[in-house]
Amino acid sequence: MAALSVMTGGGSWFLALALGVTLLKCLLIPTYHSTDFEVHRNWLAITHSLPISQWYYEATSEWTLDYPPFFAWFEYALSHVAKYFDQEMLNVHNLNYSSSRTLLFQRFSVIFTDALFVYAVHECCKCVDGKKACKELTEKPKFILSVLLLWNFGLLIVDHIHFQYNGFLFGLMLLSIARLFQKRHMEGAFLFAVLLHFKHIYLYVAPAYGIYLLRSYCFTANKPDGSIRWNTFSFVRLISLGLTVFLVSALSLGPFLALNQLPQVFSRLFPFKRGLCHAYWAPNFWALYNALDKVLSVIGPRGFLRCLILCALSSFMFGWHVHEKAILLAILPMSLLSVGKAGDASIFLILTTTGHYSLFPLLFTAPELPIKILLMLLFTIYSISSLKTLFRKEKPLFNWMETFYLLGLGPLEVFCEFVFPFTSWKLKYPFIPLLLTSVYCAVGITYAWFKLYVSVFTDPPVGKTKKQ
Amino acid sequence: MEKWYLMTAVVLLGLTVRWTVSLNSYSGAGKPPMFGDYEAQRHWQEITFNLPIKQWYFNSSDNNLQYWGLDYPPLTAYHSLLCAYVAQFINPDWIALHSSRGYESQAHKLFMRATVLIADLLIYIPAVVLHCCCLKEISTKKKIANALCILLYPGLILIDYGHFQYNSVSLGLALWGVLGVSCDWDLLGSLAFCLAVNYKQMELYHSLPFFGFLLGKCFKKGLKGKGFVLFVKLAGTVVASFTLCWLPFFTERAQALQVLRRLFPVDRGLFEDKVANIWCSVSVFLKIKDILPHHVQIIVSFCLTLLSLLPACVKLTLQPSPKAFRFTLVSCALSFFLFSFQVHEKSILLVSLPVCLVLSEIPFMSTWFLLVSTFSMLPLLLKDDLLMPSVVTTMAFFIACATSFSIFEKTSEEELRLKSFSVSVRKHLPRFTFLPRIIQHLFIISVITMVLLTLMTVTLDPPQKLPDLFSVLVSSVSCLNFLFFLVYFNIIIMWDSKDGRNQKKIH
Repeated sequence: MAALSVMTGGGSWFLALALGVTLLKCLLIPTYHSTDFEVHRNWLAITHSLPISQWYYEATSEWTLDYPPFFAWFEYALSHVAKYFDQEMLNVHNLNYSSSRTLLFQRFSVIFTDALFVYAVHECCKCVDGKKACKELTEKPKFILSVLLLWNFGLLIVDHIHFQYNGFLFGLMLLSIARLFQKRHMEGAFLFAVLLHFKHIYLYVAPAYGIYLLRSYCFTANKPDGSIRWNTFSFVRLISLGLTVFLVSALSLGPFLALNQLPQVFSRLFPFKRGLCHAYWAPNFWALYNALDKVLSVIGPRGFLRCLILCALSSFMFGWHVHEKAILLAILPMSLLSVGKAGDASIFLILTTTGHYSLFPLLFTAPELPIKILLMLLFTIYSISSLKTLFRKEKPLFNWMETFYLLGLGPLEVFCEFVFPFTSWKLKYPFIPLLLTSVYCAVGITYAWFKLYVSVFTDPPVGKTKKQ
Repeated sequence: MEKWYLMTAVVLLGLTVRWTVSLNSYSGAGKPPMFGDYEAQRHWQEITFNLPIKQWYFNSSDNNLQYWGLDYPPLTAYHSLLCAYVAQFINPDWIALHSSRGYESQAHKLFMRATVLIADLLIYIPAVVLHCCCLKEISTKKKIANALCILLYPGLILIDYGHFQYNSVSLGLALWGVLGVSCDWDLLGSLAFCLAVNYKQMELYHSLPFFGFLLGKCFKKGLKGKGFVLFVKLAGTVVASFTLCWLPFFTERAQALQVLRRLFPVDRGLFEDKVANIWCSVSVFLKIKDILPHHVQIIVSFCLTLLSLLPACVKLTLQPSPKAFRFTLVSCALSFFLFSFQVHEKSILLVSLPVCLVLSEIPFMSTWFLLVSTFSMLPLLLKDDLLMPSVVTTMAFFIACATSFSIFEKTSEEELRLKSFSVSVRKHLPRFTFLPRIIQHLFIISVITMVLLTLMTVTLDPPQKLPDLFSVLVSSVSCLNFLFFLVYFNIIIMWDSKDGRNQKKIH
């Protein structure tokens, strides 16, 4: 009894939050899942049944392997557990196989791998400023951040309903960010390199990492005003960073280099013509370079985080073939900033609410309608109210325009899901709800992007001595 | 209230859990020819919509009472009629006379589940929120945590949103009754309770405490003055509400009698199926049903029930207070559950509701009871293919209670409300200090037994000679636990005194 009482004592709120959301994820097991379910089943089959040399050539199913090799190895590892659930799912020719045991295994694998995300959130909470120490648990920044991350609406519906493995991937990213905050730069770099070889979409934020590590790790000291002290450049550190990235890449791509399959792998990972690939990268990188340097010279890891979010948002807005789910790449890191300053909280709330609403079209089935509305309301009401309470001593978070815009999401949803299907326009113009949703959300996301961009430049310079 | 947003979050979470549970299977899914409670409810919509009121409770060629005949009071029938009107608007095939028998489809399931959610949202959930907001001497955070735990109670969620029933309506109305009566809005409270009884006759389990409490209030106000006025007003309210509900059935004597016959099927015997009460457990060793003649069974059951609940009810009448009222609701409903006639395992929910109301006062024992109550329905839940939601919601409830109330730290005599009792016993046995430790050990044994039995029932097959072995074990173990709780709650009620409260303040 004493042991049990220790377990459920004071510091256990984090455990309770983590267990609570895990149980909610278990309840979401019987919900609708998208074709991504079949995608991952297919990859389990490919990596289990076929030799490595066939992995990136196999095309029995339309869902060919198009993630980097580490993810393939991850599926390979999972497949060894899968065979105890249902051997049939590992057959490459069993297209669209979804027995109840397959469903159970796949759903549990997502829930289980989320453990890395939970650990990463725990580490991020350590990096959050506890200066506004209040006795009330629910008003502590750590508590609010834990809820915003662990119970993030977007992650819940994309991972545990739609079906994907973003949980542990974002766990890797948040962990690498936390390590950079904790000044464990090598670990941060290593984790990010590993992440890149799990899912290459994170290349979007690589510039932020590159510049920050170059700037704050390779140059070991700064002048008093914060700008670069050129003579403190450490080649050793640069080389060790490069070596880390190189070794990770070698581990990942090495086998395929040996098999002379690199071109095939790249053609799967980047399914565009070479020209397009370069074309959409260039404006992102160069346009952001100036901003990155200016920010990083002043504000340290927090500035790095801002740039990461800017990179993610900019590529979401200007990139090609961007999926709605990529908005999570901006939302999750932004949560870390939101509990720090009122201005960031305001931008975060607009970005998150709009971004989450833009995910609604992903779940279009009737049984899931109450779930998405209830969870969206839960997250939105909690996030807005808790951040308002946290920053109640500063000016209000939203002006009237922003309030109006956010409230407008309600009528928009009512119109798109409840009114429109019963009107005559449904047959002639069935795309109208999607169009309205995309346009309305684009306004909000662009506005948030713009505000973030401006805040990067207009924030007063702070000395680097601020202990993060 | 401050922190309203946390309360809203709790309600939204409760609704989300309810809806996700409803995605699972329901009672009798895909099992012709009789199906289950889900089909019963659909059938009642069919009957009430297509047939005139006079035929609802009577056997006829259009209404075969053997196939899920109406056996709840008129308010359920009116509710079914209301749902039927909506169903007619969406898809008349769902309630077409005769041809809709056994109708199952994804859309229909959505509709039925939605009706449960709407009824819950309108009646039960507001009552729970109001109850928690009105709790005295508790911080806002604890009120919200209390609401979270009550809304996460697995038993009600699994039965209403899994198995499929409308318990939230009757329990919600009863809760409004409790709230009204506790806040001195006696007429509204008794009206709400009468509506609850007219929705499901099992609410009669709660009727004696209501009667005792209100009678006690009348006595306190003086039988010659205000008390008498109150008594008359209450009687009037009860008569009026019953008349209103039963109006269409008062036109002919045969009508009313037939409804009563359907509501109280005394011919059906002491118990059916495996239920965690005395009769079923004793019949493992002693076949009571065969030994005693039918009318003797009724008398024995009646006497035992009355004997076990009388002390608490009398004390409530003599010393009425909202706190005593809630505890008496628990003990009275538990007595009925354990000793009464034709009890179904789902009737444990009638005990669970008052226990939820005392969660803030004795969190440890209440959590324990609520876990056992969910466990006692395990065979039913397994039959409905609800293992995963049962396990998940039970764990969620346990975690919520453990973190909200720090229940494992609150096991002293004082916190278990056993101080007065222990003090009295210590006058005769000075060394009687080990009660909390015994209770802690019993808790651990109980939990381990429940977990083991659950694992066994799920993984093993029962031996061929004893096909009902696991159901019987589950109900017997639950019955033992319930007997312990009956004794415990009666001790609290009988030894609770105003002195006890003063002592607490001095410390």
